[in-house]
Amino acid sequence: MTTSRAERPAALYDIAVLGGGPAGLSAAVAAAAQGSRTVLIDAGPRPGGQYWRHRDGDDGALHHGWSQFRRLRQELAAHPLLDHRAGHSIWHVERTDEGFTTHTTHTGHTSRDGIPRALRSRTVIVATGAYDRQLPFPGWTIPGVFTAGAVQALLKGQGVLAGKRIAVAGTGPFLLPVAAGLVGAGATVVGVFEAGLPTAFGRHPVAALRNLPKLAEGAGYLRTLLKHRVPYRTRTAVIAAHGTDTVTGVTVARLDDQWRIVAGGTREIDCDTVAVGYGFTPQTEIPLQLGCEMMLDADGSLIARVDSRQRSTVDGVYVAGEACGVGGAQLSLIEGELAGLHAAYASNGPSVDRGRLARLVRQRAAQRAFAAAMHQAYPVPDGWQTWLEKDTTVCRCEEVSAGAIREAVDDLGATDPRAVKLYARPGMGLCQGRVCGYATTCLVARANHRQPTADDLRGMAARPVAQPVTLGALAAGADDNGS
Amino acid sequence: MTTPPPGFTFTFDGEPVPARSGQSVAAALIASGRRSWRHTRTEGRPRGVFCGIGVCFDCLVTVNGRPNHRACLVEARPGDTVSTQEGAGHDDLAC
Amino acid sequence: MGAACAYYCATAGLRVSVVERGAIGSGTTSACEGNILVSDKEPGPELDLALLSSRLWRRIGEELVRSTIEYEAKGGVVVAGSPDSADGLRHLTAGQRTTGVDAVDIGPDELFELEPNVTRQAVGGAFYAQDAQVQPVLATAQLLRRARMLGATVHPGTGVTGFVRDGQGAVTGVRTDSADTPVLYAQWVINAAGTWAGQLSELAGAPVPVLPRKGFILVTEPLPRVVRHKVYTAEYVANVASSDAGLETSVVVEGTRAGTVLIGASRERVGFDRSISLPVLRKLAAQAIGVFPFLADVSLLRTYLGFRPYCPDHLPVIGPDPRAPGLLHACGHEGAGIGLAGATGHLLAQHLSGEKPDLDLTPFRPDRFEEATP
Repeated sequence: MTTSRAERPAALYDIAVLGGGPAGLSAAVAAAAQGSRTVLIDAGPRPGGQYWRHRDGDDGALHHGWSQFRRLRQELAAHPLLDHRAGHSIWHVERTDEGFTTHTTHTGHTSRDGIPRALRSRTVIVATGAYDRQLPFPGWTIPGVFTAGAVQALLKGQGVLAGKRIAVAGTGPFLLPVAAGLVGAGATVVGVFEAGLPTAFGRHPVAALRNLPKLAEGAGYLRTLLKHRVPYRTRTAVIAAHGTDTVTGVTVARLDDQWRIVAGGTREIDCDTVAVGYGFTPQTEIPLQLGCEMMLDADGSLIARVDSRQRSTVDGVYVAGEACGVGGAQLSLIEGELAGLHAAYASNGPSVDRGRLARLVRQRAAQRAFAAAMHQAYPVPDGWQTWLEKDTTVCRCEEVSAGAIREAVDDLGATDPRAVKLYARPGMGLCQGRVCGYATTCLVARANHRQPTADDLRGMAARPVAQPVTLGALAAGADDNGS
Repeated sequence: MTTPPPGFTFTFDGEPVPARSGQSVAAALIASGRRSWRHTRTEGRPRGVFCGIGVCFDCLVTVNGRPNHRACLVEARPGDTVSTQEGAGHDDLAC
Repeated sequence: MGAACAYYCATAGLRVSVVERGAIGSGTTSACEGNILVSDKEPGPELDLALLSSRLWRRIGEELVRSTIEYEAKGGVVVAGSPDSADGLRHLTAGQRTTGVDAVDIGPDELFELEPNVTRQAVGGAFYAQDAQVQPVLATAQLLRRARMLGATVHPGTGVTGFVRDGQGAVTGVRTDSADTPVLYAQWVINAAGTWAGQLSELAGAPVPVLPRKGFILVTEPLPRVVRHKVYTAEYVANVASSDAGLETSVVVEGTRAGTVLIGASRERVGFDRSISLPVLRKLAAQAIGVFPFLADVSLLRTYLGFRPYCPDHLPVIGPDPRAPGLLHACGHEGAGIGLAGATGHLLAQHLSGEKPDLDLTPFRPDRFEEATP
């Protein structure tokens, strides 16, 4: 039986899309076009997420796929069934009898402190994306060491260069656009230090062939770096940053295939800034809050398990984009569109063009194969643990050292990261383990002579309160679907 | 490229800092050559931007007397009084 | 609880093995505040147990070095919001004093001096110097560490699947789900399975009715010292002792070494339901703001929930089980498991070493529930 829209309480959306990056935008636009009353809830002041982070009046010159973004943004603004809630930080998603209530604090022109809001929907599509994955190293807490994403966000979103002489380090294809963007904007990049030795394209010719545009993109960045005489070094890492109040230099080391330092292969480089990233960590707070089944992805990340229709294991919860497996913007767009179409159909929408579905499913398979090849090309072996000193900070918030984590295992008998968290407090600070969760998990697993598991990561990733909310706001409660 | 939006200033620890409309406090501080605006609770170490997207809570700063704003997220406004955050930023409550 | 039993038994010279289904301290221990309280108990056997335990924890704190378990003799402050609750509180403290509790009635001026940030609406209260706190998971790990140094072995990640009996029906060990230690033989087996102790007792054929009472704790962002003592409202004692099945919240607020402020404590009988309940969190937040108005502007950082193990008569089960010779229980301590662990472990170790326990265990005997049902 179909209920006419007029009979439904106006305050109940068919679909709430959580996150306004490529996956979320794509999902929301697809769902609204199918006739579902949809709300896109996003923390940013403007849509686009991290990938299309931009400024007011931005012409998109620094972005890829800008025309795709403009089309989606246009639909978002124009479609009568689609509401956009910008500046809404989601702190909790609650299951209710009618579906879900998404609890947010709203920050905007009227308030910086966050006004509590609640948005009700029958279905949610989780499209919360990912952030840079980090490995600790001596000196990584010195101001001037940034994540690669931070340097990119400062440039694309704020028009600000993070520094003058910049070392770009870590692993994965993302280092290339970051370095190319920096030299394009006039910074000196003292080197791109890729800890891995990417060779997977040779091993996965089919995946590579299907994704020629992506490879061409990578080749383009490399040409830019070459033109600016930026050294690109593989099997090389920044293993220490130096300075007290600000970075003055780094130690760069040659690595073996397990990322252990090769004797005699270290040197010092003067620079004022480091941009570092070792892949990405999906944001999985919401699937975890909702009790979705999670799994370990090929890159070692905790992700939500989804089926062919992007459904999680919890009824009414769809997941698209990085939260169900890091794979980049194109995969996110495809998964978002699929999630939007399936969620719309499930909430009494019209049937979907099967040709369109088949095309999306084919594209998704190709993108996922490419993502899998990337994960294989850029593994993170645990030799990085040998870069750490006993007093190297692992948890930046609570200032917990590698030595303290080791003692929790050796002296107190901790067998998993959750126990270490309770004994030594890594992951107990304001970021709730977002930054140190992966590294702590790897350190604890190795100290226990085993590999990290999904349960280990879950112990550092469960965040019932995903964003800080004041007790006053919590006590007051909120219901805001109307406005 | 992009048209530069109109500018204004706010103060950081009493000194004027130029900013553009829509710019975050962190971006304006970095553009002005500053790197850190917080000292950690335990070791008193300087911190500034790390993740730049609201994930890491390293760039906390006190804005108009209220601590724990993420400088990378909070937009600067004309006349803001921004100051270095010491520790938890709630020394006024200590007893 | 198991760690305290292991610690005292190992100290008494017994050979001890600890079998833990999950990680050390991963059950209710990891979801509690680590209270060592005498203030919230009315005169009776549980208060006697609490007074003994309070003394023993102080000794443990000295032996293990206070800082390693974050032992703090911070004292407790009970806040009365109205003349009526102040009267009720005075009645309670008078009774408590006769049993050896150091309870002092205080007026508003003394209250505001003890807790400068407390609401000015308060009319007075009581101060309990004996109330203390440990970091529960650290305390557990350190007790086990000491037990290991005394020869105990610890088997984390090992679940008990059954009991071994001899020809006479006596318990002589446990079977586990671990291929490393499929069977552990022992002269005595102590059931210290917390909220799951009821299930374990059924496996042993000697059931004790231990049931879950769900509770949430709110954790704030780190702050300087803003709350000096363990602070709760006069209504808290009534709720602890209540048998009401519905939701009860009566706020308990305290600071921690790490700077976070902990806010408890809700009590619900909803089985092992692990879902977050926002109405409960809202109520706790509102009550905490009622006691400490500054908390309205403080951020909630996280929340966790746990299941207190309670028995229908609100007394723990401590001692040998006549229905299954060789089996002893150390469970059902409800919200006071950490606080009462010292005394429980100590008394069982005394019993197993053939000494006369410092306290009569009769009120806590495991088979008392069968007598109660006709």
